[in-house]
Order: sequence, then C-alpha cells, then structure tokens
Amino acid sequence: MEARFPGHRLLPYILIFPSIAVIIVFLVVPFVQAVQQSFYRTSPFGTTTLFVGLDNYAQLFSTPEYVRSLLTSVGFAALVIVGGLAASLGIAVLVTRRIRGVGFYQVAFIWTYALSPAVAGIIWALLFDPAVGLGTYVLYRITGYRINMLVEGVPALLIAAAAAAWNMLGYNICFYIAGLQNVPREFEEAARVDGAGPWRTFWRITFPMLSPTTAFLLFVNMIYAFFQVFGLIDIMTQGGPGGATEILVYKLYRDGFIRLRVNFASAQSVVLFLMVAAMALFQLRVATRRAVYSR
Amino acid sequence: MSRKTLYKVGLHATLLLILIAVAFPLYFTFVMGTLTHQEAYAFPPKLVPGNQFFANVTEAWHRVNLGRLMANSALVAVAVAVGKIVLSVLAAFAFTHFHFRGRILLFPLSMITQMLPLPVRIVPAYGLMASFGWLNTYYALIIPYLASTTGLLLFRQFFLTVPDELSDAARVDGAGPLRYLWNVLIPLSKTNIAALFVIEFVYMWNEYLWPLIVTTAPQMRVAQIGLKMMITSERTAAEWNIIMAGTILIMLPPLVVLIVMRRQFAQGIAMQSTK
Repeated sequence: MEARFPGHRLLPYILIFPSIAVIIVFLVVPFVQAVQQSFYRTSPFGTTTLFVGLDNYAQLFSTPEYVRSLLTSVGFAALVIVGGLAASLGIAVLVTRRIRGVGFYQVAFIWTYALSPAVAGIIWALLFDPAVGLGTYVLYRITGYRINMLVEGVPALLIAAAAAAWNMLGYNICFYIAGLQNVPREFEEAARVDGAGPWRTFWRITFPMLSPTTAFLLFVNMIYAFFQVFGLIDIMTQGGPGGATEILVYKLYRDGFIRLRVNFASAQSVVLFLMVAAMALFQLRVATRRAVYSR
Repeated sequence: MSRKTLYKVGLHATLLLILIAVAFPLYFTFVMGTLTHQEAYAFPPKLVPGNQFFANVTEAWHRVNLGRLMANSALVAVAVAVGKIVLSVLAAFAFTHFHFRGRILLFPLSMITQMLPLPVRIVPAYGLMASFGWLNTYYALIIPYLASTTGLLLFRQFFLTVPDELSDAARVDGAGPLRYLWNVLIPLSKTNIAALFVIEFVYMWNEYLWPLIVTTAPQMRVAQIGLKMMITSERTAAEWNIIMAGTILIMLPPLVVLIVMRRQFAQGIAMQSTK
C-alpha cells in the first residue's frame, strides 16, 4: 500500500498515540505487574515481600477448591458453548432456508444480545425461584421433582448455564445468519446435483465453509463463559450452593477482593491469561487459513 | 396446498414456536413486574399481567436510587462509546493512510487487547486506580475502556475500501490529511460509526465486574450494580414484583438503542464477519 499522504512523518504517531497509551497504561502494565506479583508473597500487613518463585502456582494446583473451580469452569463453559452454538446454528439454518422474513427473524432473535449477563441471571433466577418460579412449577407438574437451585449444586450449575446460553443466543444467531448468507449457493447446489442429501450437504459443505464464523464465535463465547458471565453468577448463585457454581473468575474475585490474597489471585490471573492466549492463537490460525483459501 | 407452501408454512410455524420459547422468560419477567406482592406468590404462578407496574417501578426507583444509577450508566456508556469511536478512527486513519514504521504495531496491538481481558490484570489494575486516586470517580469507569480493537479493525477495513482517487483529489485541492479525514472519510463512515456506537453502548451499559470493584460510594454505582442492590436489600421473602420492575427499567436503554439502530448494527456485524 502506498502512503496517501507522504511527507507527514510525525502525524501518524500522534494519531495512534492515544490508543497505544491506553493499551499500555491500563492493559499491558497491570498485566506485567500481575505476572510479577504471582512470583512473590506479601505478608498479611504488606510490610514485607518475599520472592517465592513458582510457589503460588504450586499452591494453586494443590488447593482442592481451585482444582474444583477449574473443573466447574470448564464444564460450565462447555455447556454454554456447545449447547448455545448448536441451538444458534440450528435456528440460523432454519431462518436462512430460502424463506421470506429473514430480516424479521434476525431482529426477533437479536434482542437477547442487549441484555446484560446480570439481567439474564436475574430473569432465570426468577424463572427457577423455588417459590414463585414458573420453570420450577412446570417441572414439578411434569416430573414431580421440586428443583431448588439455592440448595442443590448440579441444578444450580445447569440453570446458570442455560441462562448464559440463552443470553448469547441473539449474538450467535446473528453471526451464523451472516455467515450462512456468505456461503455461495453454487456449492450446495453442486453437492445436491451430485446426489448428496441435505444432511450430508450441510456437514460436508456448509459447516466447513462456516468454520471461520464458528472459530470466531467459539472465542467470543469462551470469553463470555469464562469472564463476562461474572455478573450472572454474582446475581444468581454467588458461586454457591457449596461452591458448585464457583467458576474461575468468581474465585479470582473472591481471593483478590474479598479474602485479599493478592499474590494468590495474581497467579490465577496468569493461568487465565494462558488459556485466553491459547484460544486467541487457535482462532487466529483458523481465520488466516480461510484467508489463504479465498485467494 | 402445494408441497412447497406446506414446507414454508411449517418452517415459519417452527420458527415462531422457537421464538415464543426464547421470548417467554422475558414475558414472565414483565408479568411479574406488574403484580402485587401477594399475586407474585400465587400458586400456580400467574401468567396474565396485573396493574401494579407503575407502583412497582416507583418503589424500585426509590429503593436503590435508580435515577442516579441509570444516569451514571448513561453517562459512562455514551462517553466510552464516543471515546472509542474517536480513538479508533484516528488510529485506523494512521494505519491506512500513512507509510510509517509504527505500522508493524497494528497486529500486535490487536492481539494484545484480545488477550488481556480484565480478569488477567484485575488486581494490579485496581491498584493503579487507587494510586491515581480514581476510585469512585468517572475516570475509572471510562478511561481504561477507551482502546478498542473492534473499532480499529472495523474502520481500517472500511478505510481500505475507499478509493485512492478521493485522497488524491483532496491533496490536489490542497487539503491536509486531517481535513480529508474530517470532511470526507468521517461522513462516509456514518454507518460504521453508528454500528460501533451500538456495540460499545450496549457493552458498556452492561459492564459489571469493573464497576463493582472501582466504585463503592452509592452515588457512583451504575445500573447493573443496582440489580445486585435490589436482590440483597430485602428483608424476608424476595419481593420479585419490585425486583423485576426495576430490572425492566435497567434493561431498557440498551434494548432501545439496539432496536432503533438495528440496521446499522446488522451491517456492522456483516462487516465483522467478513473481515
């Protein structure tokens, strides 16, 4: 690409300076400090600081509550991502089946995107409230089982995951509709002419063509299910009952800001970073592979 | 009816059923917000709206000072959305219209912002706010959010599609780069600006964890934290009718922004998904 305004040597630096300053001061510096803190231990009154190497990490992975929180987090994210994306893709496929009103359905489903995780949490807490919840009532009439998410762990985790997947439906459906509209019809028609049924055509042609959209949504939903869902958990269960919904970000918050174990919390931050980085690189690889194809 | 129409009717019917199922929790929320305390605890649960909505809203409004909380949220969400638009337009302009060494930064910057969400830096970030004296101020709620990769990539993508002839013509006419940006590029970017505004307004209005830790003074709290205050402020049985009336109010602004600007938003999404 040619410079469209040659001769302005300083100006581009001035233009990018504000963005870079924000990123360095509020993103990079605190992250570097978190890495640093994770190698130290501070005495309870903050008077002395001791270098402890990887001790905080060793302690982390030998603490049963942390290991449990890690497993809870992974299970919760898997439920939200797999359940949510499967439902969204199914709905998006129906919407784009050569019928009128695609625009209508797009708007009709998108609104869950405007609800915050905390709002989704409060709505589903109402729906499954042991006393007034309609979900509780319907489930009781059908199965005779009185679900109580304030007392039982597994139902609490499942309801929280359902609320989270519901919250992301609008966003996911919108992206899948856009992705499906970008899949050239000729490929599907060619497959059909060759005698492939709709099921085979979908899995062999359409779904692989959607892989950049899927990779992008995997990343966004993972960030959602690991981090942004904090408000939902804080409103619905506060990590309870008995730690059953204490996902990593909630444990980090409790250790860092309630129990004030700063170094321990920073080690948790670094572990989270490693997960995000791996996921971001994975997404990047899928995205660039597509770019090579399309040339 | 021919097979084809039958197929179409069946498809629409299926979609409408799914739509009703997805919207049902919202409907139940609304109904609950219109009931009296006694009606809320009726068994089986009521499915027809009552007439207490305004009484419940008023009660919720006074109980957690919702007016102030929502004003704070509105101020912060608008400031962040506008700030992000400005910063990312400027950066995208630099990355697309100039030949300078800093251009190699584009890719690392976008990766860094993606890889450093709040939880991976939360404890030192809080310490930074404390050392700046920014706890319980709007600065803490606005400034750390201002860099946006989404915006940078969105505008970059768009600026690359603007034909060179326009900037050539501007140069021939003696217009400098900033004049060209302001008079030509920005008017052309209206849809992108609107799309980014929706995305960032909704995002910021819905932020929870950071406002929870950097504000403790009641007059600096935001609407999302109001939700938490409503469910923890009660005494005996949860007053779901009042909580849900407050919830409806709190969810309304981003919903309205999204619905009013849905077209621009959809175009923004289409742009993002083809990048």
